[in-house]
Amino acid sequence: MTRVRTAALVGNPNAGKSALFNALTGARQKIANYPGVTVERKAGRMLLPSGEPVELIDLPGSYGLDATSPDEEVTRKVILGEMEGQAKPEALVIVLDAANLEQHLVFAQEVIALGRPTVVALNMIDLAERDGLVLDPGALQEALGVPVIPTVAVRRRGLTELAAAIGEAELHAADPVHRRPHIDLTERRLEAHAMADGAILSETKRHRLHSRLDKVLLHPWLGPPILFALLFVVFQAVFAWATPFADALDAGAAWLADTVRAGMAPSLARDLLTDGVISGVGSVIVFLPQILILFFFILVLEATGYMARAAFLMDRLMAGVGLSGRSFIPLLSSFACAIPGIMATRSIADPKDRLTTILIAPLMTCSARLPVYAVIIAAFIPDRSVGAGVGLQGLVLFALYVAGIVGAMVVALVLRRSVTKGAASGFIMELPKYQLPTIKDLALGLFQRAWIFLRRAGTIIFTVTVVLWLLLNFPRAAPGEDQVDASLAGHLANGLAVVVEPIGFNRDIALALIPAMAAREVSVSSLATTYAVSAGDETQQATQLGDQLKARWTLPTALAFLAWFVFAPQCMSTIAVTRRETNGWKWPGFMLAYLFGLAYIFAGITYWSAVALGL
Amino acid sequence: MQLAAASVTPGGVQLDELPIGQPARITAVDWACLVPEEAQRLRALGLDDGARVTLAYRGVFAGRDPLAVEIGRMTVALRRAHARAMTVEQVG
Repeated sequence: MTRVRTAALVGNPNAGKSALFNALTGARQKIANYPGVTVERKAGRMLLPSGEPVELIDLPGSYGLDATSPDEEVTRKVILGEMEGQAKPEALVIVLDAANLEQHLVFAQEVIALGRPTVVALNMIDLAERDGLVLDPGALQEALGVPVIPTVAVRRRGLTELAAAIGEAELHAADPVHRRPHIDLTERRLEAHAMADGAILSETKRHRLHSRLDKVLLHPWLGPPILFALLFVVFQAVFAWATPFADALDAGAAWLADTVRAGMAPSLARDLLTDGVISGVGSVIVFLPQILILFFFILVLEATGYMARAAFLMDRLMAGVGLSGRSFIPLLSSFACAIPGIMATRSIADPKDRLTTILIAPLMTCSARLPVYAVIIAAFIPDRSVGAGVGLQGLVLFALYVAGIVGAMVVALVLRRSVTKGAASGFIMELPKYQLPTIKDLALGLFQRAWIFLRRAGTIIFTVTVVLWLLLNFPRAAPGEDQVDASLAGHLANGLAVVVEPIGFNRDIALALIPAMAAREVSVSSLATTYAVSAGDETQQATQLGDQLKARWTLPTALAFLAWFVFAPQCMSTIAVTRRETNGWKWPGFMLAYLFGLAYIFAGITYWSAVALGL
Repeated sequence: MQLAAASVTPGGVQLDELPIGQPARITAVDWACLVPEEAQRLRALGLDDGARVTLAYRGVFAGRDPLAVEIGRMTVALRRAHARAMTVEQVG
């Protein structure tokens, strides 16, 4: 079998590469990491008109071959065939924003000068037309010396022609006349202007949509309130919209457990299935709707181009703690999950700035904490209004989010003056044009997130739940003895309990904290498993976890537990991704130490304050 | 290309002092006072000697930082410190 040929999409950031990639490959995509670096490798199969499959790679957006960030380094290495484990692409597809040729043609010339088989996609030509530009692709093709195909990725225009051109790309390496590798940036920029002028047939000055939107969204006084209102709506939606779906999933898990219980003879295997697998994994899957809704909003904000405006608006505040607006995007993503958040720090050029952002990312309230917060709040905080339509439960949840944010800001301030000391970082960022995201791109993005989450639930959480169930059930208790006390896990927890008792934690919590090192939400399923195992009879087992907690915990303990999870770095994946991103154990070690320290101190303060107040 | 290291050209103003909406041309950039990586990034975005720019927005908080500059068909956000390194002359 002959090897499948490879083509790579290259271009400036905001050229519409990802939309073009999605349009060309459909849902047949594989997302992985390049070996040794954590830059995402997006690859997919596309079909040429001849029926031949080609592997298409979507390279990180880049302004030039002189790399300044890890992302751009990957682009350079893949193009030059220097990337380990990645065959040199047979064809390069340069993606240009038709409405910003003067800028995008600079990098395009640099790539074409390499003399490799190259095709140019003149993308987003519809938006250029919207801006009043009439372009002549033929003139551009003449000037560049490689085929130029007008495309509109989101409307699927020009895709067949582009596929055909990719198929024939090897016939189209730029002829020597157009290969001028020795000109410098300034000359290339002048050349880009000349080429753009030649390709623009006419230009009507129209009041462009995006500058009109920016007038409002970047307005000194309107912009920030709009941003905060948007963020408020996002978090409101995460909780309000998710409830019916979460309830349905919850009911589904309960129904499944009941069905299994009814259909199987009582045995340890049946208990493992119902108490271990179904209640454990089920209690985590319930949070899929919330995670999806948060990711949906983040994807929309990114795809529309608003996220860069949010970074602009937040820059001054971030500068106050020694960071820049660039840190805002990774930190916002960290509200869904710290892992994509930490990976998104790669767009931060300044190393100290980036390290600080990585270290504080776990303080953003990720979706894995929601299961923990939701269960404890529902059980211990009365569902009453504090006036003006604001519920007490919602207020506590809000306070937990704020505690994480304030904690992160204070930590950043301290770190920037101590361990990550350095020159104040700058902020340079292109503000992309506003665009309507396509349903298909959003759906694909959401599907990929959901899949990552479910795979996690199906592997890490499943394994941990089953292991915990086994630890809880063996050795078997003698008659009259409590099963949890007799179990191996019970003995382990007794040791840990000595350490956490001063901050108001009981043995059950110590027990839940051990497997929760894998992922925070596991503490909920662990508590569910623990109380299901220790519950003697069927009626007691059926009692909701919340009622179990209310019967066994005091309010100060519950509040201390919440405070613990604001800080505690209980997520192996975050530690692992930090190690990868910082190339060693020094910084993940530091992260573990400082976060556990803060968690212990703040849980203790919370517990003893609550006790003193007589709660 | 060697650029003039003049920080202030007689008669010119620094980019951060430009009135909003006033078209201008960059006449000199004091690259030496910028971090090399940031200087490279600014040049990659076209903020270089001879470029035509318009100051579009200023931040709201203390120091009216950062700034958004329109260059060609792009809008680029940068800090005042970067803009201060660029001398411009008003055009049109």
